[in-house]
Amino acid sequence: MLTGRVAIVTGGSRGIGAAIAVELASQGADVAVIYAGNEAAAEAVCARCRDEYGVRAASYRCDVADFAAVKETVDRIKADFGTVNILVNNAGITRDNLVARMKESEFDEVLQVNLKGAFNMIRHCSGIFLRNKGGSIINISSVSGKFGNPGQANYAAAKAGLLGLTRTVARELAPKGITCNAVAPGYIETDMTAGLAEHAEALTASIPLGRAGTPEDVARAVAFLAAAPYITGEVLRVDGGLAI
Amino acid sequence: MIFEAIAELIADRLEVSADSVKPESSFRDLGIDSLDTVELLMDLEDKLGMEIELDQKVETVGDLVAFIESKGQAAE
Ligand SMILES: NC(=O)c1ccc[n+]([C@@H]2O[C@H](COP(=O)([O-])OP(=O)(O)OC[C@H]3O[C@@H](n4cnc5c(N)ncnc54)[C@H](OP(=O)(O)O)[C@@H]3O)[C@@H](O)[C@H]2O)c1
Repeated sequence: MLTGRVAIVTGGSRGIGAAIAVELASQGADVAVIYAGNEAAAEAVCARCRDEYGVRAASYRCDVADFAAVKETVDRIKADFGTVNILVNNAGITRDNLVARMKESEFDEVLQVNLKGAFNMIRHCSGIFLRNKGGSIINISSVSGKFGNPGQANYAAAKAGLLGLTRTVARELAPKGITCNAVAPGYIETDMTAGLAEHAEALTASIPLGRAGTPEDVARAVAFLAAAPYITGEVLRVDGGLAI
Repeated sequence: MIFEAIAELIADRLEVSADSVKPESSFRDLGIDSLDTVELLMDLEDKLGMEIELDQKVETVGDLVAFIESKGQAAE
């Protein structure tokens, strides 16, 4: 149970992040949902957490790629909730293109949000965790980060980068009882993968468990790691066996 | 005054008397690693009521005092 703990979930307005916020709330955690622009969706997730599970929940608009804005937002969350115990770096975007055609901006944007965004959040939450002598950080990577994926040079680089970040933060902060782990989802049905619907059959055929994952499949793994004080630096695949 | 505050925090942490912490004592000799220094600074922020962004390496207690004093002046 996570009763009394405060969790930040970035990209908590939709998809996997929304499921993570609800799952953590169902285990008793208060949740601060960070989103990019979709205020109504973020508020709906918070309302669900409050109404169904009686926890505190609030949403914060913040571009995780913006170092100064992240500092300000983390300060606000600390003021509103008192502390932070769990950080889930889930905000992510795709700008798929073949490397031979990829624009500089497509590469930069994906690294800024998916990789630097996680750094920014960890950077500004680590002081709180150090003061608390504890905390749990979970970064949402991807099987693409391990295997690469044609069309996703930017995305795979960012997701592989997250694994290096995860292992380093795990080692650096372990002496203070702070854990850092990654979850690597495979093919999960969300807005992000909606464009792949036409390939859905071929995609599921390559998944040993024979189906796409749900956001809830990923959320359960995140909640497990949030309450696992002796696991750190680990990468947990949630992919139906795709990357075995 | 900043030196005394730091010496006290270090003494508390190491469970030694504050006068055994000298300006020339290096953090390494005191058995305080770089992550401990970050933590020490946070306790110091609480104590002094100011935000300290440590953006350089400090070797000795005296270095840290000088660093914080320079920041204090900049803020005035
Ligand atoms: N779906 C998959 O198959 C899959 C597989 C492996 C890994 N993942 C990873 O899982 C995570 C969630 O994916 P998803 O499929 O749930 O994505 P999604 O449905 O597209 O949702 C993305 C979320 O991130 C937020 N966001 C985007 N840019 C942001 C920024 N700059 N600052 C703050 N928030 C931002 C969005 O906020 P708004 O609602 O305000 O736009 C939204 O809440 C991502 O990191 C993704 O890479 C997904």
